[in-house]
Amino acid sequence: MVVTQVIFIILSAVALIGALGVVLSRNLFHAAIFLVLSFVGVAGFYVLLEAEFLAMIQILVYVGAISILIIFAIMLSRRLMSPDFRASNEQWLWALVAAVALFAILVIVLIQVDWPVAQAEVPSDTLVELGKALVDPGQYLLVFEVASVLLLVALVGAVIVARER
Amino acid sequence: MDFILNFWVELGAWAQDVLFGWGLPVWAVNLISDFVGVLILLVIGVMAVLIFTPMERKVIARMQDRPGPNRVWPYGLLQALADAIKMLTKEDITPRHADRALHMLAPLIVAIPALLVYAVLPWGPNIIGKDLNVGVLYIVAIGAFHVIALIIAGWGSKNKYSLLSAFRVVNQLLAYEIPMVFCILSVILFSKTMSTQGIVEAQTIPYFVVMPVAGMIFLICAMAEANRSPVDLLEADSEMVAGYMIEYSGMKFAMFFIAEYVNMFAAAIIISTLFLGGYKFFGLENLAPVLTPVIVFCKAAFVIFCMLWFRATFPRVRFDHLIGFAWKFLVPLAMVNLLLSALVVKIPVENARVEPWVQGAVMLVGNLIVIVVTGFILNRSARGLEDAPALKRIVAVER
Amino acid sequence: MQVPLSWYLIVAAALFCIGLYGALSRRNAIAILMGVELMLNSVNINLLAFWRHVEIVRGMLSGQVFAIIVITVAAAEAAVGLALVIAVYRTRKTVDVEDVDLMKL
Repeated sequence: MVVTQVIFIILSAVALIGALGVVLSRNLFHAAIFLVLSFVGVAGFYVLLEAEFLAMIQILVYVGAISILIIFAIMLSRRLMSPDFRASNEQWLWALVAAVALFAILVIVLIQVDWPVAQAEVPSDTLVELGKALVDPGQYLLVFEVASVLLLVALVGAVIVARER
Repeated sequence: MDFILNFWVELGAWAQDVLFGWGLPVWAVNLISDFVGVLILLVIGVMAVLIFTPMERKVIARMQDRPGPNRVWPYGLLQALADAIKMLTKEDITPRHADRALHMLAPLIVAIPALLVYAVLPWGPNIIGKDLNVGVLYIVAIGAFHVIALIIAGWGSKNKYSLLSAFRVVNQLLAYEIPMVFCILSVILFSKTMSTQGIVEAQTIPYFVVMPVAGMIFLICAMAEANRSPVDLLEADSEMVAGYMIEYSGMKFAMFFIAEYVNMFAAAIIISTLFLGGYKFFGLENLAPVLTPVIVFCKAAFVIFCMLWFRATFPRVRFDHLIGFAWKFLVPLAMVNLLLSALVVKIPVENARVEPWVQGAVMLVGNLIVIVVTGFILNRSARGLEDAPALKRIVAVER
Repeated sequence: MQVPLSWYLIVAAALFCIGLYGALSRRNAIAILMGVELMLNSVNINLLAFWRHVEIVRGMLSGQVFAIIVITVAAAEAAVGLALVIAVYRTRKTVDVEDVDLMKL
């Protein structure tokens, strides 16, 4: 077993345990903390895939902003715990069956396909090329501008929707 | 002589040779040297607490014309040790209705982001934990963990003042992260690299001279992020009765304390790396590279002295003033600075390469114009405020 | 390259299915949003794994750009979704999606 494989197994354990904690916790705040753990595991995956800029962006956006949003929403919508408070609704068994079936189908298909993998080194100026690609009119400029408009719309919309009347 | 001049690098190479001589394979030598490097960085980080706790109390005491702590060893310099012994011997209380897991989790994870930052800080031309090519982005991202740890502390104590303090934590820390990121972007535009070592190498002129506006904004934001007076509302006694740290005692409180000072030292080194030229000192780093950690430490100590100076001088600001200051004043100012640096760096691209000192001089002139214009705008709006009826009464009484 | 591509894809599939279970079976609206965030994360792992193993040899960066855009969209969606949850909580005093069924037949 090579070192990177051991690290991969540890990181996948972190991410999957975090994910299981999210969906199985009764206490919502604990679920949010497990979500943060899962995000950190996924950021570790990005580092292993040699996309370290994405890993930093993942931590900055997901852990630094989205997790805090979720925790705030949890804190602001605390209701009194009713005695029959159940965390799962009545279709949890069918949801479990669907999730397990989907996982089985995906794994069976994924193992059998012969992916066109190529051995290549990541060039050292990926960051510069990424920056150029995002503002190059021939590459991804339109996507970049549309994403910024989307963020503006989401910002204005969230403020208006959550405003005190 | 060369051994002495390049002492730290040569020491590392000699230690690795010793390990090779014991017959260890390459991966073991790398593992041991990485481990020792991490240990050294952790010790440096925690040493900050030992050195800066008594320094803070003595300096502020001297500014207030009183002696400060002077019982522990000559001049009270080992005060941190006395504090540590006191905190270790205190009773460790957990409130009965608090969430035990969260209450115990918060002090565990609050010191981790502060210590993780030390991995990318350059102590010399070749002395750095790991020269990531997204170094400053790593620093900003790790700062986000601090917020989560404080929220967990505030929520897990099941105390309404703790919760209020957790709300204020998010508000303040996120509001002051935005101008900080804008200032870092201006620095990155000038140095054309995100790695901390690259930024130090690119500073032929320290960036504080080139863009003083960005330097001041970053200093204010770093103080707000490190929870220092005059913006320390998160845990001030008159505001929040120790805020998120209310229900913590003993060693758990000590962890918050340690995290604050480690964070402060890391912020000071970041400011000196980004704006004061890092380990450079008029060419001394080329003559005697052994002195570069000393240079870094002196610059960081100077920045911490400025922070303590702020603390001893200014009264605490009100919370809505604090947030309004961040969003309505610092963010537009930082954006203007970013636009200015983009113009200065990118416009003369078609011509030949511009001298760095020319770029710096143009940027400095632009910054001074920004300061003057800001002063005019503030003056005019302050004059408008004097017509407010409440202020008129105050002014009339004074006259 | 010592970690084969299929390992990344299997972990991403597992994360996706766990997120799917969370989104389908929880009563709290915020917990459903957390499941959706897990699914978006798994998609990102997929994109970057393919970028690293398949696309890098052609020198293209569309995997990374796509992942950045997915993170952006996830942030926007989380903001609006949580604003909606808070608005619903303010009027109906509940975040249980079983109770917000006025338009059901």
